Amino acid sequence: MSAKKKENMFSRELISFIEKWRNKPGNLIMILHQVQEEFGYVSREAADQVAYMLDIPLAKIYGVLSFYHFFKTTKPGDHNIQVCLGTACYLKGGDMLVEELGSLLGIGLNEVTEDGRFSLEGVRCVGCCGLAPVLTVGKEVFGKVTKDQLPGIISKFS
Amino acid sequence: MSYRNYILVCGGTACESSKATEIYEALVNEIKHQNLTEEVQVIKTGCFGFCEQGPIVKILPEDSFYVQVTPADAKELVEEHIVKGREVKRLLYNKDKSKKHAKVEDIEFYQKQFRIVLRNCGFIDPENIDEYIAREGYAALEKVLFEMTPDQVIDELRTAGLRGRGGAGFPTWMKWNFTKQANGECKYVVCNADEGDPGAYMDRSTLEGDPHSVLEAMTIAGRTVGANQGFIYIRAEYPLAIHRLEIAMAQAREYGLLGKNILNSGFDFDIEIRLGAGAFVCGEETALLASIEGKRGMPVPRPPFPAVKGLWGMPTVINNVETWANIPVIMLKGGDWFSQIGTADSHGTKVFALTGKIRNSGLVEVPMGTTLREIIYDIGGGIANDRKFKAVQTGGPSGGVITADYLDTPIDFASLTKLGSMMGSGGMIVMDEDDCIVDVAKFYLNFSVEESCGKCSPCRIGGRTLANLLEKITKGNGELKDIEQMKEIGSAMKKASLCALGQTAPNPILSTLNYFEDEYMAHIVDKKCPAGKCKSLITYNILEDKCIGCTACARKCPVGAISGERRSVHVIDQAACIKCGACFDTCKFGAIEVR
Ligand SMILES: Cc1cc2nc3c(=O)[nH]c(=O)nc-3n(C[C@H](O)[C@H](O)[C@H](O)COP(=O)(O)O)c2cc1C
Ligand code: SF4
Ligand code: FES
Repeated sequence: MSAKKKENMFSRELISFIEKWRNKPGNLIMILHQVQEEFGYVSREAADQVAYMLDIPLAKIYGVLSFYHFFKTTKPGDHNIQVCLGTACYLKGGDMLVEELGSLLGIGLNEVTEDGRFSLEGVRCVGCCGLAPVLTVGKEVFGKVTKDQLPGIISKFS
Repeated sequence: MSYRNYILVCGGTACESSKATEIYEALVNEIKHQNLTEEVQVIKTGCFGFCEQGPIVKILPEDSFYVQVTPADAKELVEEHIVKGREVKRLLYNKDKSKKHAKVEDIEFYQKQFRIVLRNCGFIDPENIDEYIAREGYAALEKVLFEMTPDQVIDELRTAGLRGRGGAGFPTWMKWNFTKQANGECKYVVCNADEGDPGAYMDRSTLEGDPHSVLEAMTIAGRTVGANQGFIYIRAEYPLAIHRLEIAMAQAREYGLLGKNILNSGFDFDIEIRLGAGAFVCGEETALLASIEGKRGMPVPRPPFPAVKGLWGMPTVINNVETWANIPVIMLKGGDWFSQIGTADSHGTKVFALTGKIRNSGLVEVPMGTTLREIIYDIGGGIANDRKFKAVQTGGPSGGVITADYLDTPIDFASLTKLGSMMGSGGMIVMDEDDCIVDVAKFYLNFSVEESCGKCSPCRIGGRTLANLLEKITKGNGELKDIEQMKEIGSAMKKASLCALGQTAPNPILSTLNYFEDEYMAHIVDKKCPAGKCKSLITYNILEDKCIGCTACARKCPVGAISGERRSVHVIDQAACIKCGACFDTCKFGAIEVR
């Protein structure tokens, strides 16, 4: 177990969260959410650490990580651009936004730019269908987005 | 304390994203600035439903309905409306310009609506339990605890005829009764807030706008079936709803409405939140329970039903958010009252997320039995941009389309199923003539394929094959035999899949094949996409008589496929064209034609 030798990589808050949930049945998903909250993704090292702390096989953790789309096992860009591909946004051209962003950034869906600044992701209905098509960057939501606005949105975060 | 005026600002997700928080803060500052904090209260509420016109601000008691408000408008709203008592006309929602006043009840969007589930959304501050209590909140729980036996509660639900709003429409009283009668060391109550339909947000708005209604209802269920622990399984993608639930739970505990010895009745009940992690199949109840247990969310065959053998093998009541939100009202007003609303088959109301090519997108709650036409034309204001109505899709990836011929169908569980669609959880997506029906079917199929858990082969392999066939057809390589093959695979999946995801995944194809076979034929035989959506089947051409040679399109084309001298007709090199449509969007003279 490599994690045993290494310093615990988790913050004090995260460790106490894990301690609090340790003996609750069905805790794994909640703990992985918290890990992702801290790091933006669940790295191999972090998964090792959770396995060690909960004394469960790493395979069980990867079983869960790989089943749920929400969990990321690779580092996203500094700014993760999420384009809504829910039904309303799809009808209003959400897929074109993905295409255009892809060509502007030189990446495909679920990829990260070389400099690590941006990543591109498709998500499902974010609850603003009236504003379709919608994309979000961090906490900011952009509604009724047209292709022409995309360079401006990107430069806002560059 | 009562105030002279109340200013209600929508704090639902859609309005939040268009700066509702800044508007709220600007209004609060302005009220402070005018020394009116004693007289005027600014409240951030849940969704008003009229998302198309957001952000929305409503001022009481005048009931003035202001739309598309910006933070910069705060000063004028306070100075004019509050201080001088003059409505700010330019911000009032008013379709009919001749009328001076736009009261909420005059707005067509609200006229045919009837609100049970959304009764508090847009009226109360969801982060303040006192406001919920002021509107009869927790009175139902009190009644159940002190005046009703568990059997009376179940009888009331039976009289009401409430059926589950999560999709399947199973009678709620039966579920509760199974769990009540089941033996188990302990029992559980679960709220399904996974809301997986990719075009719907009813449950989210309910939780954001009125979280206590769900907490109260779950506690009532706990008392009725004999459970002491509840779980709310909610999507991690709904941070605002999670936040408001957490606040609501803390306040309820503080008031003795949750936790040990509720209202000194001797009954203990508490609720925990469990987060989903982006798997649609986890909305299916057995998969959801597996997920709460911390496992991969794979469905298991039923029976045994969760009502008898659910979470950690214990009897478990599981209901959808909207189902829960109905329950306190039924307990207070009685099952008889509820059963009068709606149709013989389906009682009460249904909330729909009305979206797509509709003028007024938003959340609507209507009595069962309202017709699709009333929802789309009277409430929704018809099709946006004066295009022609093509179809409306209900039931999300498990549902189907309904065409213009059936718009007068009163909606209830039975009638939608008869049309080859279903009630589903409440997504209602309107399509116009620019939407390609084959492409829409492909959208849903790809969704189901991505979300299949892969446990059983009819769904895993059948779904993939269907998606591939649709891809082939939209790429222009379709053959006539593909249609028969799709029908065959579809009906096999319906029969042989383990859970309802696989059983219903072919519905979007089967239903569109039924109503729009000619459109499939156009793709397969004529190699044309009538809606102009499938790229492989369309060409862009420049109309000689309209092109004035402004060069705008040539400059815009990302691959340099357009050539032509200034002031002379341009041409598109079809071999180089990637059909991105940039020229079409750019041309101001309507000289680009899609065929
Ligand atoms: C693939 C699939 C996804 C589902 N998604 C949801 C959902 O997101 N929300 C929901 O309440 N019910 C969903 N259901 C229905 C639930 O299995 C279950 O019927 C419902 O939670 C029962 O509550 P109700 O009786 O109050 O409707 C889904 C079912 C299937 C098969
Ligand atoms: S039908 Fe699909 S989602 Fe359901 S169990 Fe089978 S593979 Fe999984
Ligand atoms: S479909 Fe994109 S916000 Fe609803």
